[in-house]
Amino acid sequence: MIGEVEKKLLKEIANLDDIPAEGAFSLRADGEGVLLRSTKNVQITRKTDKPGINIHVAPGTVFESVHIPVVLTESGLTDVVYNDFYIGEDATVEIVAGCGIHNCGCDTTQHDGIHTFYVGKNANLTYVENHYGDGDGEGKRILNPQTIVYMEEGAKVTMDTSQIRGVDDTKRYTKCIVGKGGDLVITEKLLTHGDQHADSNMEVELNGEGASASITSRSVAQDESYQVFYPRLSGNCACFGHVTCDAIIMDKAKVRAIPELTANHVDAQLIHEAAIGKIAGEQILKLMTLGLTAEKAEQEILDGFLR
Amino acid sequence: MLELRNVQFTAGSANIVQDVSLTIPEGRFVVITGPNGGGKTTLAKLIMGLQQPTGGAIIWNGEDVTNMSITERAQRGISYGFQAPPRFKGIRVSDLLRLAAGKEKNLSIDQCCTYLTKVGLCARDYVNRDVDNSLSGGELKRIEIATILARGNGREHTLMIFDEPEAGIDLWSFAKLTDTFKALHATGTATIIIISHQERIIRLADEIVMVSGGKVSAQGSVEEIFPLILKDTVGVCTMAEKEGL
Ligand SMILES: Nc1ncnc2c1ncn2[C@@H]1O[C@H](COP(=O)(O)OP(=O)(O)O)[C@@H](O)[C@H]1O
Ligand SMILES: [Mg+2]
Repeated sequence: MIGEVEKKLLKEIANLDDIPAEGAFSLRADGEGVLLRSTKNVQITRKTDKPGINIHVAPGTVFESVHIPVVLTESGLTDVVYNDFYIGEDATVEIVAGCGIHNCGCDTTQHDGIHTFYVGKNANLTYVENHYGDGDGEGKRILNPQTIVYMEEGAKVTMDTSQIRGVDDTKRYTKCIVGKGGDLVITEKLLTHGDQHADSNMEVELNGEGASASITSRSVAQDESYQVFYPRLSGNCACFGHVTCDAIIMDKAKVRAIPELTANHVDAQLIHEAAIGKIAGEQILKLMTLGLTAEKAEQEILDGFLR
Repeated sequence: MLELRNVQFTAGSANIVQDVSLTIPEGRFVVITGPNGGGKTTLAKLIMGLQQPTGGAIIWNGEDVTNMSITERAQRGISYGFQAPPRFKGIRVSDLLRLAAGKEKNLSIDQCCTYLTKVGLCARDYVNRDVDNSLSGGELKRIEIATILARGNGREHTLMIFDEPEAGIDLWSFAKLTDTFKALHATGTATIIIISHQERIIRLADEIVMVSGGKVSAQGSVEEIFPLILKDTVGVCTMAEKEGL
């Protein structure tokens, strides 16, 4: 039902060999929704006013995994999509999104995914998003995801995003509003190379008593690529927040990390750490003493760092 | 057999290693000891290729390795456990053991266990840990030693150099470690050099080499050299030295 190129993209972004035989699923290919499948607890419907889908997860859902991959193989396409997610109270769900672009033409291919999550009381959401680009065309591969998350009392959200290679330009915007006792964990992984640009702009508001957030960014910038991280964390009550930006810089790349903390309450406890540096020479030498070449040693260090 | 012929290392105007000649036959267990700053670590780094000698030659198994890279020496069976091993964000204990053993795939928990128990660590608690700041100095040191054991496994000619393996290690693990060195020596397959100040390790050795001021200042059996060490350190603090305090 889908071609080899699509299958390779699916493998990269969702670790799927093919369309899974069961479970809630939505596949969007080249700007069209091609497949929707709901389950009893996870209802997926197409939007009528604009491109995109609504996903409703029933309250109390014990655990379900939902895959919503997007693949683009047509050069010159700009795809904007609005997806809204409503996670019912006490539901536990894993949503695996991701976008793969195969561009072997000379025109820009772009996907802007605008995702809004409404996470109910005590619900537990794991959101995994992988971005990937390939194809040997001159045309650019551009991904501009926006992710907005509203967390009610006691909600837990774990967000793992990764973009390893292949995407020429990215402007990522993430905004999370954390309610009372809510717990947000964001891990962002990024590798840029060539003359790629990546911009990650993040706003987290800790609004309810006992809310917590932990934001970790790990990135590698190679060649002449350029990355900007701008995580902003506001504590507006008794809360706890932690931001870590950790970047490995190589070749002629540039990295800016600008963590910003705002405490608007005396019991807000906020911490940030940022480190940018090249691979420590000692680490490469150590792995060489185990018999690795310098190149292989470097690769192992990067693979581990971005795992 | 390892042969150092008139090995020198100078950095600027400092003669850090001066004209060191040593022959260590295959399967021998040698302890290098001597005061801090004497040049022991530098000598080990010269053998591993982490530093390039400014004079002399290093022969391993009849092959001149003086101008070989670190990787080439490692592939010929030379290994070195760092005095201060580096830490890695994201590289796990199991990764280091896999790389050390020269395998593509992760070792099984049982395989990891054979190396980690020898240094007094429980594999289940450690294989998935990152080799980062979350490890204590003593844990890091023992993992480092385990990787050297993994390198030696199944090889015919190996040279294992351990640089102050006792540093930061508790008494219980230290006892385990001395047993491990003893057992390793008994297999006869490895040539072992341990840089150490610990009497219990010194007493295990076939031969003691004292290095100070960048030179071999004395060399011989435990019986010959140990009294010299005591004499040298009398008046400093013999008991502390003996007890390892
Ligand atoms: N690359 C170098 N450049 C300058 N000085 C060095 C270098 N390497 C080692 N040294 C110095 O050489 C001396 C011997 O160091 P080292 O071999 O580490 O001694 P040991 O291991 O016996 O304590 C020390 O004084 C050290 O500071
Ligand atoms: Mg030393």
